Amino acid sequence: MSVFVLRRLVTLLATLVGASLIIFLVLDALPGNAAQMLMGADASPDAVRALTIKLGLDQPLAVRYLQWIKGLLSGDLGNSYVYGTPVASLIGERLLLTVPLAIMAMAITVTLALSAGIYTAANHNKLGDVGVMSLTQIGIALPNFWFAILLVLLFSVRLQWLSAGGFAGWEDGIWLGFKSLLLPAISLAVVQAAILARVTRSAVLEVLREDFVRTARAKGLGKREVLWSHVLRNAMIPVMTVMGLQFANLLAGTIVIENVFYLPGLGRLIFQSIANRDLIVVRNCVMLLATMVVIVNFVVDVLYAFIDPRIKVHDL
Amino acid sequence: MAERSDMPLIEVENLGVRLNTSRGPAQAVRGLSFSLKRGETLGLVGESGCGKSVTAMSLMGLLPDSAVVSGSIKLDGHELAGLPDAEYCRLRGNRISMIFQEPMTALNPMHTIGNQVAEPLRRHKTYSAAQARSETIALLDRVGLPDPARRVDAYPHQFSGGQRQRITIAMALACEPDLLIADEPTTALDVTIQGQILDLIADLVEERGMSMILISHDLGVIAENVQRMMVMYGGAVVESGPTDEVFRRMGHPYTQGLFRARPKLGARKGTRLQTISGTVPELADLPAGCTFSDRCPLVIDACRAALPPMVEVGPRHGVRCIRTDVSMAERVGALTA
Repeated sequence: MSVFVLRRLVTLLATLVGASLIIFLVLDALPGNAAQMLMGADASPDAVRALTIKLGLDQPLAVRYLQWIKGLLSGDLGNSYVYGTPVASLIGERLLLTVPLAIMAMAITVTLALSAGIYTAANHNKLGDVGVMSLTQIGIALPNFWFAILLVLLFSVRLQWLSAGGFAGWEDGIWLGFKSLLLPAISLAVVQAAILARVTRSAVLEVLREDFVRTARAKGLGKREVLWSHVLRNAMIPVMTVMGLQFANLLAGTIVIENVFYLPGLGRLIFQSIANRDLIVVRNCVMLLATMVVIVNFVVDVLYAFIDPRIKVHDL
Repeated sequence: MAERSDMPLIEVENLGVRLNTSRGPAQAVRGLSFSLKRGETLGLVGESGCGKSVTAMSLMGLLPDSAVVSGSIKLDGHELAGLPDAEYCRLRGNRISMIFQEPMTALNPMHTIGNQVAEPLRRHKTYSAAQARSETIALLDRVGLPDPARRVDAYPHQFSGGQRQRITIAMALACEPDLLIADEPTTALDVTIQGQILDLIADLVEERGMSMILISHDLGVIAENVQRMMVMYGGAVVESGPTDEVFRRMGHPYTQGLFRARPKLGARKGTRLQTISGTVPELADLPAGCTFSDRCPLVIDACRAALPPMVEVGPRHGVRCIRTDVSMAERVGALTA
């Protein structure tokens, strides 16, 4: 077991090193000089050069990369070119919005998808199955920003239950913050839930055909008992794999959705920083997203071993 | 329970099962009747697709929802055909149990074997967790699993095929059922293990006074393990009777073909294995009349007209063939040749 986790940890670290290299090189290869951007088009070449040196942009590539990594490890990410404030606190502030948003979206995704997937599999080829599966078909086809606008039209403009955008913050009570994240979380979740519901359905149907399901029925267990006690745990492996991958999609989705709802989150920070060529912020944000995705997939891998006793032994 | 001892434990009358296959509806079992007393053992023989397993599943009430069952299945006089699933669940694993062919896939890989063996106990008896556990260990010990107290918490993948079959046997026996259905219990096992498992089943059946229906395609297994046998072909019983009697005087051309098709010990090298010509027909397109008529060496036009009736050829020995006069005469000839 511990060997399994250790091996996974090594893979995780190697992935992070690879990701950091790619992020650094790609952003470095982008045309445009941060110093030039900051000073404006009519700045004097001398002033631009002075700023370049001040920002450390004249150093060789390898040195700058190592400095960045050193900063990452010590928590000193440098200052934003645009705001002049430390990148770490800038990101930290934004995470207060994006992390709860991602968790809410994931929770909605999992709840919707598992109940729809299990329900449809248990009622295979019946009316409910066909109906819910048609809905998921629509869900997959929906662009999330468009769906977000529909939600705003309904719940904000017409019913006036929730605000159309902006973030109330957590200071005035958790409920207010929660309310302002509800529509964005639903918009993010619907497409993901539609995909995950279909994965869940086919995973459950596949397990239902296994011999051990027949054995369990032969012991006198009812269909529902068999589903809950024998089928679901076996079906969870493919479902969790997809969940891990969807988490990455969800984070990418926040960039669009936070813009639709004017939410000051990480996604919006990335978007604005790209527009401003605030590359030091972009680089660290992207690295953070990559790290989150890699860690979530690490957790999924470890969970496999908890769910499936065979993995501990075979040490996948 | 206080049933009269002469009353059959299970009584099947004119059982028919229609399945919806990808090739259209198929009559998987037709006109099947038999009865079994307590402690009696019955063998079902036939090739794959002859309806043996469908018969077993209909006794268990585990046919797919789309299957149409006709006729009657009575357990201690109570009708089982058409019983709601919730009521059937009280019988399955409790009064009727089943052992399956594939021990490698019959157990849930995610649950410990102890939990899986204890499941029928917790389901049908009012056992506490501790009682169920000690009973499970006793059961595992009885079926010959080494070191059961320690291995009760192990998972199926940590056992060999033979051990897993012992575990499924323990599971089937947990609630001391009246009827045990063993569907090809040794087919997936190594030859060396097969004998051990069959002996174990035979010992347990005798020790607990259970009735057993043993399903096999292997005439040798049937010959050694059951008192009575039924040969099935194309969903119908073509020959039935006491095992000794059937083996002594095989009446149906199909039974004879099956018997000749066995590999024989001491056969001269290079001798070809005899086969039954043709292939097993799809249940969806069985010939009219006798189901075996397309492959039968003795077929005449009358065979194709209607499903032949059972002909009594000896004490409790029936053959569904209109040409027993020829087939049974030939059989004698074949033996002396």
